[in-house]
Amino acid sequence: MEAAMGLMRRIHPKQSETALSALLSLLPHHSSDLLSQVDQPLQVLFDTDCGKEFILCEYNRDADSYRSPWSNKYQPPLEDAPYPSSELRKLEIEANDVFAVYRDQYYEGGISSVYMWEDENEGFVACFLIKKDGLKPGQGRRSSLQEGAWDAIHVIEVGPEEEGMAHYCLTSTVMLYLTTKDESSGSFNLSGSIRRQMNMDLTVAEGHLCNMGRMIEEMEGKLRNSLDQVYFGKTREMVCTLRPPSEIAQMRLPDS
Amino acid sequence: MAEEVELSDEQKKEIAKWFLLNSPAGEIQYVAKDLRSVLNDDGVYNEATMDAFPIYNKTHMICLEMPGRIGDLSSVLVTSYGELAGNEFLDPRTAQVAIIDHVKQVCTEVRPASDEELPSPYIEEFRGALDAEILKYIGEAYPKGVCSVFCTYGKDVEGPGSTFELVVVISATKLSPKNFCNGSWLSVWKIEFKDDIQVLEPDRQIAGAGAHYFEEGNVHLDAIHECKDSTIFQSADKCALSIANIICHHETEYLGSLEASYSNLPDTTFKDLRRKLPVTRTLFPWHNTLQFSLTRDIQKELGIGK
Repeated sequence: MEAAMGLMRRIHPKQSETALSALLSLLPHHSSDLLSQVDQPLQVLFDTDCGKEFILCEYNRDADSYRSPWSNKYQPPLEDAPYPSSELRKLEIEANDVFAVYRDQYYEGGISSVYMWEDENEGFVACFLIKKDGLKPGQGRRSSLQEGAWDAIHVIEVGPEEEGMAHYCLTSTVMLYLTTKDESSGSFNLSGSIRRQMNMDLTVAEGHLCNMGRMIEEMEGKLRNSLDQVYFGKTREMVCTLRPPSEIAQMRLPDS
Repeated sequence: MAEEVELSDEQKKEIAKWFLLNSPAGEIQYVAKDLRSVLNDDGVYNEATMDAFPIYNKTHMICLEMPGRIGDLSSVLVTSYGELAGNEFLDPRTAQVAIIDHVKQVCTEVRPASDEELPSPYIEEFRGALDAEILKYIGEAYPKGVCSVFCTYGKDVEGPGSTFELVVVISATKLSPKNFCNGSWLSVWKIEFKDDIQVLEPDRQIAGAGAHYFEEGNVHLDAIHECKDSTIFQSADKCALSIANIICHHETEYLGSLEASYSNLPDTTFKDLRRKLPVTRTLFPWHNTLQFSLTRDIQKELGIGK
């Protein structure tokens, strides 16, 4: 299993879907581990009842059906499927609405979904997802981005309330794909995925949603910076090491 | 739902080959190690590596050291241009043939090249002069570069009047597995010498740069570029100089635009995906639910938000 994860870390993110299905067929007994640990680009379904799209993940799936956060129904319809309690569903609805506004502010477009479910420890787990396709930005194109996508998955485990406090454990994954193509620089493709964790104990005075939202916002900011400075920076550094931009290499004149 | 169907050996071998062929530059040995573990079947593993490694080595044009001449560690580039037989590769500069073990990625033996394997003296004049100029160029431009010039067409041409083709391969790799970072640069210039039209064209240079950074994550860069140019056919020395200059010029330009791409990245491309901060330039007001109901109503009124 460790070797499988090792392979996933080397393969180009663009090929991770192929790699994952290859691994699933080679290691069928590890399929649940692989599916939960390997991140895949997010897929989307259209909720015909509510006329909106929603994001698919392991957390809203049962068998081959997915539950829409808007209608709370499974598509395709399923009997005996799990649903959050009505209390939790209220929170889920509010979370979806608020998160959609957050998403609009930062992403100027895209799709978001939030799923919640009770866990065994009297707490609950919430999964916040965002999918942004760079080809349809909010306000016209700023760049020569040919293809681009940002997929974010935030899973927060919320512990039971104790004396007005609760423990939050956030695991976030961002997958990013950027392809630019133009005359002078040819095709340039940067893709990556990074994952981080954050743990906090917070007062529940302002409500769970507020706490979770702030953690996610902080985390996304950090991940975005990380991707930009560290990750892209490192790859740029590598290219410059291989071939330094030359004021040194001069055109040589023929010896006459 | 995963079906519990047992894969055939042939299917497993194809999957194994896919992983090997798609390894980032310089990482195939690590991938092979993990793959062996996952496959748990050395028969299939060995077959897959025998098939995949030669293709990988030639695609990435890996550079291997040639043992032999004392005090002179030459190296050979493993490419389809210099391939004489499955595991025999010509190094034109030293007129030797390296015998290599693809899976171990080492050169096991060296022998001198026979006359039939080498180009004619007329061709060698051009090839050698170009090789010397390119060596000078990469000596200045690439801290860790290696290069080779091969004759891919017309190597037996005896004098002016016939077309021949030379290929320049420049390769540089930096492997820092301890720093979780690896990178490679590969440029291939095909030059057609058309004597009757007195023109030569570096035809479709492919400069490829790749980098992989994987500390707590997995980020890949790959960039490809193509271009064309041409110049006049002259004496071997003058040709060599002018070709080297053209190559230098194009590669420098390309590097410049790669740099520009990288600088633009945060402000444009990245921003198209996710802004650093909302337009309000403040963090999101999570605590202000009243604002949300208002926003929601406004959104409904204006029909924003699907």
